[in-house]
Amino acid sequence: MKQFHGKAISWDLKDGVIEVALRREPCNEIGTQSLEELEQLAAALPALEETADALIIYSKMTPGFSAGGDLRELHQRMNETERGAALAGIRDFHQRIHHVMNVLDASPLTTIAAVHGIVFGGGLELALTCDLIIADKTARFCFPELRLGLIPGFGGIPRLKRDLGNAVVRDLLLTGRSFNTTKAQQIGLVSQVVAEGEVLRAARGTAAQLGKFDRTTAAAAKKFIKHIPYDELRREIEIVSELYARPAVQAALKNFVESTDAQPYLP
Amino acid sequence: MPTQQQTIDEVLDLAATQFKVPRETLSPDDDFFRKLGIDSLQALSLLTRLEQHFNVELPDYELQGVSDFRTLAERIQSRL
Repeated sequence: MKQFHGKAISWDLKDGVIEVALRREPCNEIGTQSLEELEQLAAALPALEETADALIIYSKMTPGFSAGGDLRELHQRMNETERGAALAGIRDFHQRIHHVMNVLDASPLTTIAAVHGIVFGGGLELALTCDLIIADKTARFCFPELRLGLIPGFGGIPRLKRDLGNAVVRDLLLTGRSFNTTKAQQIGLVSQVVAEGEVLRAARGTAAQLGKFDRTTAAAAKKFIKHIPYDELRREIEIVSELYARPAVQAALKNFVESTDAQPYLP
Repeated sequence: MPTQQQTIDEVLDLAATQFKVPRETLSPDDDFFRKLGIDSLQALSLLTRLEQHFNVELPDYELQGVSDFRTLAERIQSRL
């Protein structure tokens, strides 16, 4: 399927580049709909990889790349479903999103996250599956999960630790603070910083360069240097599932969803 | 190093430009959420712009409870 147009994402394979657009209002919160469409992408990827050189993920939403998991949907599900079933559903959701993230992470294509604005939580975890992150100057990165009594659940910690080291993970994870592209480039998270509104153009330019290389060699290089931390990723699902069972998490979710505070995203 | 007043003026200038409100309508003690009509995500975009302009890193927990331009400018001034 060279083209797909869903409610949450769309993709198009053109000139050897798969462009995946995140397009769910308000800021690409990742819930069931997004997961199902990302699963379709993961299923379609092997066929797309036969004729593509690169994959770009970007957002069509003004506020940013993605605000992460859909906490409102999560809260609603936990309220409307019997507790045991709700927790089983959360575990299942995480196992499925991990599968998608792992497929993207291990794709033989060279993958680029073209990000702007909010790159929070699950949105940052999605970007971390990519080989390169290109950001415009409006981008802001954060793992806010500790505010809810959780840890990032879409594979973010093992991938960030793989790419940048434990000190960066601890800073982001334990303070819950957000940081801008200057800091992101200093620590090596972001490979290119471009002017506001220029990120997709820059990503396309990079993808065009990648298309000049022999695909088999590029895939071999990627496989050689980029291991997938499967053991830690599996452990992450266990920890997240255990944390969700705590009443404090449900109370924090309720506070977030029902908050009229102007600053629910600030710790 | 700029004075406190210069920092306040620059914060007000940047906020007016970013959110397209007349500069003369903004005062240091205004609640910027109400005056600019912005939500928390837009406030983070203002924070990003301020960090770049002043070349500082401002952890967002330092802004907990801060909603007026004067205090925001004070937090920036403390990192210049």
